[in-house]
Amino acid sequence: MGRVVITNSIRFLLLIATQVFLLKNIGYYNLSIPYLYILFILILPFGIPNALLFLLAFITGLTIDVFYDTLGLNAAACTVMAFVRIIFINLTVQRDGFDNEPEPSLGIMGFRWFIFYAFILTFSHHFILFTFESFKFSELGYTLIRVIMSTLFTVFLMLITEFAFFRKKIR
Amino acid sequence: MRNLWLFISKYNAFFLLIIFFTISLILLIKNNSYQRASVWNSSNQLVGRSYERINEISSYLTLGKTNDSLAAENARLRNQLATSFSSDSIKQVTVRDTTLKQQYTYTVARVINNSVHQKNNYLTINRGSKHGIAKGMGVTSAKGIVGIILNVNENFATIRSLLHSETKVSANVNGNIGSLIWGDGNYDPRFAYLKDIQSHLSIKKGARVVTSEFSLFPQGTNIGYVAETRTMEGDSSLDIKIKLDTDFATLQYVYVINNLLSAEQLSLEAQNKVE
Repeated sequence: MGRVVITNSIRFLLLIATQVFLLKNIGYYNLSIPYLYILFILILPFGIPNALLFLLAFITGLTIDVFYDTLGLNAAACTVMAFVRIIFINLTVQRDGFDNEPEPSLGIMGFRWFIFYAFILTFSHHFILFTFESFKFSELGYTLIRVIMSTLFTVFLMLITEFAFFRKKIR
Repeated sequence: MRNLWLFISKYNAFFLLIIFFTISLILLIKNNSYQRASVWNSSNQLVGRSYERINEISSYLTLGKTNDSLAAENARLRNQLATSFSSDSIKQVTVRDTTLKQQYTYTVARVINNSVHQKNNYLTINRGSKHGIAKGMGVTSAKGIVGIILNVNENFATIRSLLHSETKVSANVNGNIGSLIWGDGNYDPRFAYLKDIQSHLSIKKGARVVTSEFSLFPQGTNIGYVAETRTMEGDSSLDIKIKLDTDFATLQYVYVINNLLSAEQLSLEAQNKVE
């Protein structure tokens, strides 16, 4: 239990730092912007209570918002993503199929499940994020293009991160 | 109460979503000037739209009153128009402050009966001898000429429309004078024919047709424009088709023209017959 808390705390700090100090400066003409920090919420353990999950997602989003000067925007997107995560896991994973608190990471769940999972959650997050950022319906087409391009970029970065750090640990 | 708790705990994810999402939205709108402005603007726009719609409806209800007042105002303005005055240059010498003398006055009238599809068309207006209308006066609309007063009683008058086989109006196109007729094979209320223009003259399509100085209308009143010009074999005059300015089918307000000098003119001309 203690180990899980420590791992996730370190992961939280690392991902936030990467997002704020590195990825904030990377982007393709405002069209494709990576938000890798949501990986933290993606790979929180399966057994986490809903309330804690929402709280962590909210705090994560709020932390990013503080650095991005968009208070509430990432928090809203992360909250919605947490909800989508709960539904998705309820639908695709058996409740009591896992022991000693595994995580929905690439090494455990397999490539196909993970990429599907990452796509759905990233899309939900980016959709809320960009629509609330533009905050008008007249730019819906442009916003959708931004959502899709950014989703591709973010998922790509997630896969790289997963392949680099988490594969060997479990196998 | 217990059931309510069960329900809430069963769907706790959804309620947690609502709570956290609402907090985020409040933070977003409170702290970001762009989003706050958008929310403020769109709610303002909503209120504005509904007021605009209400105003549209209420202005529609008062449309009749508005029309009446506008028509009255038009008649008043027409009384001041330069074409309502005839130049009186002899008096210029003796009367120092008046160079123009009013020749025409206009009386606004509402069309209460109208026909356009007969061979001989008549209109009825809600003005009669009580309002100073007399037989033989000219009638125009805001766009062009309409006809001539035919019969008058105390409160009403009938107009022999331009769309009548016996109505002839002296018209002027590019300085050439002809007579405007309707009927005689043409029963389209949008068009009339201009006769007696010599065939060697070239009348261009689109040329303005106005009343001449020989008609009982003020000189230069709009009639229409040339739509088509034809030369007939063995005929010395052109056959000119004219698109009328007045839309007779939707005519609602007309102006009766009172020529203040016509009595003088007629009495003078009557003396010629006596001799």
